[in-house]
Amino acid sequence: MLIYRSLIGLLTLLLVSILVFAATQTLPGNAASAVLLNTATPQRLHALEVQLGLNKPAVEQYWTWLTGILHGNFGKSLANGTSVGTLVGGRILNSLVLVVLAGAIGTLIGVGLGVLAAARRDSVFDHVLSVTALAVTALPEFVVAVVLIIFFAAVVWHLFPAVSVFVPGTAPWSNPKELVLPVATLVIVVVPYVFRMMRASMIDALESDYVQMARLKGMPKWRVLLVHALPNAIAPTIQVIGLSFLYLAGGVVVVEYMFNYPGLGQALVSAVSDRDIPVIQFIVLVLAAFYIVVNILTDVISLAASPRRRLPRS
Amino acid sequence: MAHRPEALAVLGRAVRTPRGVTGLVIAGCVILAAAIGPLVAPYSSTEFVTRPFARASSIAWLGGDVLGRDVLSRTLDGGWELLLMAAVATALGVAAGAALGVIAAYAGGMWDSVIMRVVDVFLAFPQLVFALLLVSILGPKIWLIVLAVAISHAPQVARVTRAAALDISERDFVKAMQILGIPGRRIIRRDVLPNLTSVLMVEIGLRLTYSMLVIAGLSFLGFGLQPPAASWGLMINENRVGLIANPWGVLMPAILIALFTIGVNTFTDAVARASLGVGRRSTEPDPLVDLAVEGATT
Repeated sequence: MLIYRSLIGLLTLLLVSILVFAATQTLPGNAASAVLLNTATPQRLHALEVQLGLNKPAVEQYWTWLTGILHGNFGKSLANGTSVGTLVGGRILNSLVLVVLAGAIGTLIGVGLGVLAAARRDSVFDHVLSVTALAVTALPEFVVAVVLIIFFAAVVWHLFPAVSVFVPGTAPWSNPKELVLPVATLVIVVVPYVFRMMRASMIDALESDYVQMARLKGMPKWRVLLVHALPNAIAPTIQVIGLSFLYLAGGVVVVEYMFNYPGLGQALVSAVSDRDIPVIQFIVLVLAAFYIVVNILTDVISLAASPRRRLPRS
Repeated sequence: MAHRPEALAVLGRAVRTPRGVTGLVIAGCVILAAAIGPLVAPYSSTEFVTRPFARASSIAWLGGDVLGRDVLSRTLDGGWELLLMAAVATALGVAAGAALGVIAAYAGGMWDSVIMRVVDVFLAFPQLVFALLLVSILGPKIWLIVLAVAISHAPQVARVTRAAALDISERDFVKAMQILGIPGRRIIRRDVLPNLTSVLMVEIGLRLTYSMLVIAGLSFLGFGLQPPAASWGLMINENRVGLIANPWGVLMPAILIALFTIGVNTFTDAVARASLGVGRRSTEPDPLVDLAVEGATT
């Protein structure tokens, strides 16, 4: 299963790389003139075309690019000539810290609230949470971020910095204060998804026969909830947790830009402004690879977590 | 067999629920403000009216923006293009996705595998990142952004539609018609598509929310309408340096974007509930509906 999924994942990644390459390097109005814009003279255009290898056939260009990546050579930034590897390397870790922290905290809160809401189904607590979740699900990251900044950084209180000031080379966890608002933004965006799914599958589990049976036996309520219902409700929720990690891969772009957090997303935005094609290609590929890996992990874990699906199909 | 009236009946049921009417009113107010806003704005959106980040006054009711333009006028003027882009992107994306999904479900075999494999490839891009990829090459053009968002919707819609269409094709009345020798194209048009309307209505609502998220997000990142034009996403970015002096420049566009997405999402939720036949007791949240709604977002 894992091997099969990994092979499909690799194939998808290969197709993604072809798509990324085709979109950036072979679309009409070639990359060289896109980079130079109005500073283009025939000589400069030609020099850049040679540097990017645009004068060769598209298949050969793709092959050079792909083998380069496989050998750890990701090309050079057009904006400042540094290698894409050094430019992006540290940022991958920074973004990963953001995504993993937000994903983990968001999952805990979402699962916890979901279980509580399901246990007190139709109470005021449940209704308030459900309606809030419905409203928050739809909010864009930058709206959440703006509200947090107004409350905690700028207008009401001044607890946390509105903009990250990172000394290059320091690990992101060495200044936790700067992480609070970006992580909080992502957590708020992710919690409603996990909450809604957890609540729904928990209610499903609570209504099943074996839980009724456990109740009738006179088992304590918390034990019914945690030992009998929860394990059976967790499998569908794992799918949603996987989804929210995928969602975070896109969400970091806006959040990092908003808080000036030195991660992949911020680098992507400035690379797009500068039309720095090698950087764009690489970051998009990294994000897609993250997506594919999370997808595989989600499938494998939810399979392992659902007793029913492990049974052979009749 | 469901026909058009059933789609209307579902909408009707949704509107009569508390969630449905709340969502519709909220989204409707934002649409109205964005549509008639440019006509009633006191100033032109590019006119210099006051000092940069001036406080609210009788001249500028919501104060000045980063260059001293009227925040109220720019807010009123900055929504219609955003909403229009989101609407067009949603329509294109849902139409293309639904077509792909139905084709995959009915052609089956090789077509199905090819379409679904391509869908998987496109799904590996976060929507915003996909749009950024296209914008990076061709520049922040309005048609390109609409197209990019539509393309990034299509795979997700295709997945949902395919699953729903496969479900319908298993039913007896479709099988009976196939045995009778009625051409596949006619079965799809006359019997399958009408049965997909509820699924598609929910998809349209969800995709509209996501369109707004991505298009306003791009605008916030500076890849939408270019200055000096007014656009809600752009306004938030321009005015956030003056958040303390005059928060309205950031708050107003943020509130309007939030209200629109909340309204659309709430109404969509009501439609999803109504289409599963639980609209009559909608105050009671139904686990199955939540599962269906969440399932539709995957």
